[in-house]
Amino acid sequence: MRSFVEWLDTHAWSTALHESLWMYPLIESTHVLTVMLFVGMLAMVDLRLVGLAFRNVAVSHLTGRLLPWSVAGFVIMIATGVLLFYAIPVRTYESVWFRVKVVLLVAGGINAWWFHRRVQRDRTFWDNHPKPPTAVRVAGGVSLAIWAGVIVCGRMIAYNWFDCDRDPSPFVMWMAGCVVEASM
Amino acid sequence: MFETFDRLEQTWIGQTIRESLWLFPGIEAVHLLGLAMLGGSVLVVDLRLLGAGLTRATVPAVLSSARPWFLGSLVLMFSTGIPLFLSEAIKCYYNTSFWVKMCALAIGIVFTFGVRNRIAMRRDAPRWATALVGAISLMVWFTVAAAGRWIGFS
Repeated sequence: MRSFVEWLDTHAWSTALHESLWMYPLIESTHVLTVMLFVGMLAMVDLRLVGLAFRNVAVSHLTGRLLPWSVAGFVIMIATGVLLFYAIPVRTYESVWFRVKVVLLVAGGINAWWFHRRVQRDRTFWDNHPKPPTAVRVAGGVSLAIWAGVIVCGRMIAYNWFDCDRDPSPFVMWMAGCVVEASM
Repeated sequence: MFETFDRLEQTWIGQTIRESLWLFPGIEAVHLLGLAMLGGSVLVVDLRLLGAGLTRATVPAVLSSARPWFLGSLVLMFSTGIPLFLSEAIKCYYNTSFWVKMCALAIGIVFTFGVRNRIAMRRDAPRWATALVGAISLMVWFTVAAAGRWIGFS
């Protein structure tokens, strides 16, 4: 993995993107603003699952009509996110925030999969209930918490408190996978 | 005008945030969470006005359900945005994006409460009017968000 990100770092395009005057800020802004579409639409669905919004609209109507917008946002998020990683590969790979963010992304994926595979199976019984059963409400609440965590971690990647070159604590060094260079 | 911004820069809130390593990023992260919620609560209504999204519910029903979340995220945005501004008032004074954002924000608030929500609550509003109002709302709030992001680049 490390050799892969170091190889990415040698790409001329990676450096060009990182140093570009307009492309990097534009991609970064698209990544940030798409949070309104991706997390915004998802949050409306999650709030319905928790029983806090759109209580008189069927859950299936929200998932059917709003999740496609959210998925479109997610695709933009991944595309711009990959480019942002490509522009600054090694530092991002060694970022504690980035690593926590990836773990949360996986957790968000598992939660969504669990919801669609298991929790949603008996939907016909609670589709129109203003307050769905506990398992559904938990899935919605967990989703809200996970994506809030992803947003916070994503924002924090920009700050360098825990960067390897700032001699962080041994725990952070281990978390970030810093390479300790032998001193001469 | 500059004297006012200079005085705002000197408030204890601004100074505390400037002197802290964590406060600015922390408040900023919450500001971003508010952005997601604001985006969702604006989009769900505007999409409906444009004839997309929750089409099986009426426009007034969608608006009524989204409104508390819109108001809540607006409160969250102000209560985090004002401290962020106080910590760098002078930078903002010289920042074009900041002024663009403030103008768009003022337009957005007046338009949302004065025009969009009123038209959305009327059951006899013609299709073209609701669609137009939804499109304008989307553009104005997008401008607020984009200009806000751009404050950090200049």
